This record gives sequence, C-alpha cells and structure tokens, in this order.
Amino acid sequence: MLNRLIQFGKQGTSAIESFGRATLLLWHSVMWGGPGSAGFRDLIKQLYSVGVRSLSIIAVAGFFVGMVLGLQGYTTLVDFGSESALGTLVSLTLLRELGPVVTALLFAGRAGSALTAEIGLMKATEQLSAMEMMGVDPLKRVITPRLWAGIMAMPILALIFSTVGIWGGAYVAVELLGIDDGAYWGNMQASVEFYEDVIKGVIKSVVFGIVVTWIAVYQGYDSIPTSEGIGKATTQTVVISSLAVLGLDFVLTAVMFGGV
Amino acid sequence: MASGQNYVSVRDLTFSRGDRLIYDGLSVDFPKGKVTAIMGPSGTGKTTMLRLIGGQLQPDSGSIVVDGHEVTRLKRKELFQLRKDKMGMLFQTGALFTDLSVFDNVAFPLRVHTKLPESVIRDLVLMKLEAVGLRGARDLNPAELSGGMARRVALARSIAMDPELIMYDEPFTGLDPISMGMIVKLIRGLNKALGLTSLLVSHDVEESCGIADYLCLVSGGKVIGFGTPAELINEGSDEVRQFLKGEPDGPVPFHYHASDYRQDILSGGR
Repeated sequence: MLNRLIQFGKQGTSAIESFGRATLLLWHSVMWGGPGSAGFRDLIKQLYSVGVRSLSIIAVAGFFVGMVLGLQGYTTLVDFGSESALGTLVSLTLLRELGPVVTALLFAGRAGSALTAEIGLMKATEQLSAMEMMGVDPLKRVITPRLWAGIMAMPILALIFSTVGIWGGAYVAVELLGIDDGAYWGNMQASVEFYEDVIKGVIKSVVFGIVVTWIAVYQGYDSIPTSEGIGKATTQTVVISSLAVLGLDFVLTAVMFGGV
Repeated sequence: MASGQNYVSVRDLTFSRGDRLIYDGLSVDFPKGKVTAIMGPSGTGKTTMLRLIGGQLQPDSGSIVVDGHEVTRLKRKELFQLRKDKMGMLFQTGALFTDLSVFDNVAFPLRVHTKLPESVIRDLVLMKLEAVGLRGARDLNPAELSGGMARRVALARSIAMDPELIMYDEPFTGLDPISMGMIVKLIRGLNKALGLTSLLVSHDVEESCGIADYLCLVSGGKVIGFGTPAELINEGSDEVRQFLKGEPDGPVPFHYHASDYRQDILSGGR
C-alpha cells in the first residue's frame, strides 16, 4: 500500500518535472526567438515539410467529412422540411468544430509524429550534441523553426479543411440530393458570421497548433535516444496531443461559444 | 606542472549517474598544445569526461577550468560562447547533419557564427576539406560516405572555427587499418600545424601510445596513472601496466566478483 503510494508520488513528480522541462523548452525557443530567428530559409523549409506536405491528407479528409455531414444533416433536416438549412449546418459545424479539431488530430498523426521521430533521431545520432559543441544552440536552430512552422501551418490547414469540407457538403447537397444551390449558399452566407464563427475557429486552431507542435518537439527532444525510446516518443506524441486537443476543444468551446 | 601550461584543469571532480558513482574526487591537468589520451577500461566514463569538459553534463561537485573559464559555473550563453571560440569535438559516429551535403556540413558553423561572404566561406571550407583529403567529396551526402570518410568530414567540421581545444571521442573505433592510419596522421598533424590542445578518449593502447604525448589512465573513478607512454609502461603501478600490456589477469581480476566457485557448484542452486 505504502509502496503504491510512493510509486504514485514518483509518477506525479516526474510528470510535473517533465511539464517543467517542456515549458522551459517552449520558453527558450519561442519567447526568445521570432519565426525568422534561425534564418527564414529554415522556416520556409519547415513550413514546407509540416504544412505543404500535409495538404493532401487535409484536403481529402476535409472533402469526405463535408460529404458525410451533408448526408447525415440531410436525413435529419428533411424530416422537418428544413433541408435548405443544410448549408448552415455544414459550414458552422466545420468552421467551429470539425475543421480545427480534425485538422489538429490529422496534423498530430502526419506532421507531429514526423517531427518527434526526426528530432529524436537527430538526438540519437548525436547531431544535437554536435551542434551544442559547435556553440550552436539546438533549441534555436532546430526547435524554434519547427515550432513556428507548426503554429503557422495549423490555422491555414484548418481553414483549407473547412473550405474543402463546405465544397464537399455542397457537392452532396446540390448534385446528389437536389437541394437548390441558392438555398445552400444563401443560407450559409446569411448565418455565418466572420468574427463569431470564422475567427473563433481560427483561434482554436492556433491554440491547437501551439499545443500539438509543442508536444511533438518536446517528445523528440526529451526522448531516450534509442530505437525503442524514439518509437515510444512518437506514440506518445500522437496520444498526448490527440487527448490534449480534444480536452482543450471543450474548454475553448465553453469559453467562446458556451456562454458559461 | 605550472597552471599556465595547462589548458584544462579538473579538480576534485565528483559525478554520478543514478546510483552509480563514476568519478570520485578526480583531479587531472591537461597540458596545453599536447595530445593527451584518456584511457581506461570500458564503462569508466571516459566519454563522460569529455562531456563534462564541454559543459554538456554538470558534475555533482568539483571544478573544471578550461583556459581560465570555470565551465561548471558559466551561464548558458557564456557556455555557448566558450564552445564557439575555443572548443571542437569529434564524435564517435561523426554526427554529421544528414540533411546537408559534405560541403554544407563543414560550412554550417561558419554560416551560423560569422557573417563572411559566401565566396570566403567557400574558400575556407575547401581548405578544411583539403586538410582531411576530402575536397573531392564536397557534393556527397553523409549517407554516401564510408565510416572513415564520415569521421574525416566531421573532423574538418570541428576545426572549421579554428578551436584551441579539440576533443576526440573514440576516434579509432570501427575503422579499417587504412582509415585508422589516416585519422592517426590527421590528429598528430593538426595538433602540430594548429598548435591545438588535443584530448582523445580511447582504449586502443597501441594507437594511443603512438600519437599521445601523455596518457591519463582512469579507473574506479580516479586517475591511476598520468605520464608519457614510456614512463607509464616502465614505472606505472601494476594495474596501469596490466592495462597497457593487455594482460587478462592481474590487479583487475579476470573473474567478476563472485562467491566461492566450489561452494557455488556444490550447492546445486539452493
């Protein structure tokens, strides 16, 4: 019993310690270095690898999610004869919730895990140590551009996700279900507000961008530099950031939309 | 030895990893402008010594002075400045940046630390690559290099900023005889040409005795012998001589500490 208590305490302190190290990492790499502090070439390179190369998965996923929303929304709305509100339903669902959240989940799996593995391997092959011994701070050189790239890419990807999703919904509604396309787009335009819906969605995805990339780079930087350690760190990135995104989404929704 | 002649001075160094004590009040001086080989059985923390001197690890207690700077008490920024100005390190694996070509690897520290125009950087990089005989390999990627070549590129990179102290971590491990010969020649040659203070960690007795001015033998957390190779072989303690001559049994026993063999066998596992 006492042993279990000691074990529990140890886990608690190590979790807090790890959170402290992660905060220091964020502090040293983001607060002390702007997006271009390691040179804009590095930032562009990272934006390409975390952002541009996630585009296809984001666009395809967005299209399917939009189409499913269109179908599901239709079967419910048609019972009340209000299928003309389908555009509103699809767009609000995507902009407020599914765009930021699903993008963040996909991003964690696609780009987050790659970041963790890359940084972990750099650590295992002593590249980070070599950098330190050259008098180059790996936090600024390696971590900063990756963090900023993630933070900048996430909201853009989320907006693309929502846009493609709305098109997907429109395709199902107009082409397959025969809803009047004027009703679909017109109702959407009348009910979606720029600040209330679009900007609040963007705020969410900026927060998710910070959290997911932060977790990914920290897990890589703090990984045990063996093949097993890097494997574990990569899994941790996906698991922890997915849970963090879903948890934070509730908090953000409650604060921004809930009127709590 | 007067302190002015020592580039690195270690005093009363204590360092432990988990529950294991690695250094127990170790003191040693590394003379300026010389090649000193740190030797000892595997697991005595020879590489740890280099990491402590480089400030990548913090000792539990004791002092490490590099060219008048107390490494253990430097702030993060000062430590990076010291490394940039004075230190170079060659890692066992080479630790080349896998996303950069040979040329860009050597150019990396110059591009980060200096504002030299690209034409000057090109000349400097080619000079460093020429020194290690790999000017022709500048466009290759690290993945295309053999182990020996990778280590030579890494060596060119670690001297790119003209350090005063260079540390070699197991420079002979895993090399074929020809590559090994090249590395030996380079270590000696660079030390002479650039007036570097060189520290090398190895357990390769023959090669180390061949190039080192001094040997520093570490075992059980302390220095058990320091001197020129000839001094140690002739006048060192029994343990030092056992190590240098590679004898399987001696003060360091062949058998790991165990209970009585006869009793152990006869007890039948009870």
